[in-house]
Amino acid sequence: MGILGWTWVMVGITFAIYIGIAIWAKAATTGDFYVAEKQVHPILNGMATGADWMSAASFISMAGLIAFLGRDGAMYLMGWTGGYVLLAMLLAPYLRKYGKYTVPQFIGDRYYSNTARAVAIICAIFVSFTYVCGQMRGVGVVFSRFLEVPINTGVVIGMAIVFIYAVLGGMKGITYTQVAQYCVLIVAYLIPAIFIAAMLTGNPLPQIGFGAKISANGAQVLHDASAQGKYLLDVLDQLHKDLGFAAYTAGKRPTIDVFFITFALMVGTAGLPHVIIRFFTVPKIRDARASAGWALVCIAILYTTAPAVAAFAKTNFIKTVHGKAYTEAPSWFKNWEKTGLIAWVDKNGDGVMQYAPGKPFKGKPKFKQGEKGKYGQLVVANALTDNNNEIYVDRDIMVLANPEIAKLPNWVVALVAAGGLAAALSTAAGLLLVIASSLSHDLMKGIINPDLSEKAELMWARIGAGLAVVVAGWFGIHPPGFVAQVVAFAFGLAASSFFPAIIMGVFNKKTNKEGAMCGMVVGIVFTAAYIIYFKFVNPGANNPQHWWLGISPEGIGTVGMILNFIVMWVVSKFTHEPPQEVQELVESLRYPQEAR
Amino acid sequence: MERSTQLVAYWKENLKYITILLAIWFVVSYLCGILIVDALDTIRIGGFKLGFWFANQGSEITFVILIFVYVKLMNNLDRKYGVHED
Repeated sequence: MGILGWTWVMVGITFAIYIGIAIWAKAATTGDFYVAEKQVHPILNGMATGADWMSAASFISMAGLIAFLGRDGAMYLMGWTGGYVLLAMLLAPYLRKYGKYTVPQFIGDRYYSNTARAVAIICAIFVSFTYVCGQMRGVGVVFSRFLEVPINTGVVIGMAIVFIYAVLGGMKGITYTQVAQYCVLIVAYLIPAIFIAAMLTGNPLPQIGFGAKISANGAQVLHDASAQGKYLLDVLDQLHKDLGFAAYTAGKRPTIDVFFITFALMVGTAGLPHVIIRFFTVPKIRDARASAGWALVCIAILYTTAPAVAAFAKTNFIKTVHGKAYTEAPSWFKNWEKTGLIAWVDKNGDGVMQYAPGKPFKGKPKFKQGEKGKYGQLVVANALTDNNNEIYVDRDIMVLANPEIAKLPNWVVALVAAGGLAAALSTAAGLLLVIASSLSHDLMKGIINPDLSEKAELMWARIGAGLAVVVAGWFGIHPPGFVAQVVAFAFGLAASSFFPAIIMGVFNKKTNKEGAMCGMVVGIVFTAAYIIYFKFVNPGANNPQHWWLGISPEGIGTVGMILNFIVMWVVSKFTHEPPQEVQELVESLRYPQEAR
Repeated sequence: MERSTQLVAYWKENLKYITILLAIWFVVSYLCGILIVDALDTIRIGGFKLGFWFANQGSEITFVILIFVYVKLMNNLDRKYGVHED
């Protein structure tokens, strides 16, 4: 069977499983819908959290991102895992003890204020929408690349699937489909990685092979007998230097910026509502702690494989493409050329592909319809740049082309497509639930109509989820140009608003409503203003010379968070203490069970 | 010991654990992986420069270990002070 046939089979089977689970896990109560009746086993919750957390970007783009950033790429690896340590020790157990359903509800109760709750609702919805649009687009892109359907049809199919299990099953349906999706995505990620590691280094464990020597077989694959017996990373460093790049294992970004970005990603992760609510679904406080550990195990399996994949793919890419005649280009090169993820322009007319620093031409490749070059290559219509680089390469190729590079059978290529879809759908579903519960539980029941019956609230939750799917799908089909820019927003906002408010809410009894509100407002306004200035108002100045202390907009959430903490503490000091019952609530959060 | 004193002692021990474990969390990632990464990179273990390894693999593995150590410590602490569930 061909790649296309296999892909339909794989995607068909996995989608049937997701729908089957949704029907089995239909939510009957609001408790079911918001927190799966708190009956999820901590290991299963760990897997669900892993799928919830790892998005289409983690699955498809991250290894490629690292392949082009070198050592600096590690800020994403550390930043997107380190937050779970904070969750396990500073947030999850206490919020699980609180026992209610949403983050805005905690903020509202702890700071005895509906205004605080409203601010939290707006933040939760904004952060979640920012994220979910990218996921829906990701579903469409995977469909179009692997199944040759238009992107928009792909988005609609994805919407239909998420609609069924999110609207019907709520958290319960989402949890168990996420467990299935985790299994699909991790197998799909590991199989090509294991084969490539074994092919190049003879060691099947990517995490070890990454630091191993190139094997005889690897040297043959790389067309370089002299590489045999040398460490892979040394070969990669040398290749980079020979071509005029900085060494792969050397840092390029200013240390202060790497520090602040890593920190913003960590506290941002710990403050993201769709991650936090996953810990409301386990039966006990101790399960919430353990579950954070299992979640990180599930995530770290992929996150420690990704940098290995990056190094293998980058070595293979340079060795098998640079300095080779186009007519002898590897087959994966020609397959992916059609999708515009890779392209070659013969600037010096020698028929040989040369890779060098800089962009080969302006923008993404636009091919002249039906025209072929002298060597059979697709002809690029873009304006050329005057450097020596002749190769355009999209970072996503570092993951997508792996099965073909490792010469794996067609069903593995199909599995990677199913894995990409699983990663996108699972994250989308978790985000949609946050939006739905913010609307039904916090806005309708909490603020507008506290007398809402259980049945009516469940109906509102379903309406909210349905509405959110449609809006997310609409943004998937008409992607706003600013989506890529606002991802920094999602983390910056979570870091500068939720994280300090929750931490102080648990660890400091005296933090009051005035302090929390001033802190959140200062944190959000500062972070938003900095990001908006550099991303929208004056994008030309978005470089290290103009950044405050050399901190990029991606890392500024850390400063917003610090400001939030300071303001919260100072204002609380000079205003009234919180009421006695709130202080007792905080006290009770600290003990899994007080009386004995 | 009175119950309220016990609970305060429980909370203090919890805070002590958190402080120690987060100090390690900081050292492996921010110190070894970012601040002194270039110095550590002069040391090699197999094909890895040490700083590069901390940033790419070591921090992530240590994070997992830290959480499970905390889980174990807290399960014991919950029992010691009688605040465990069931």
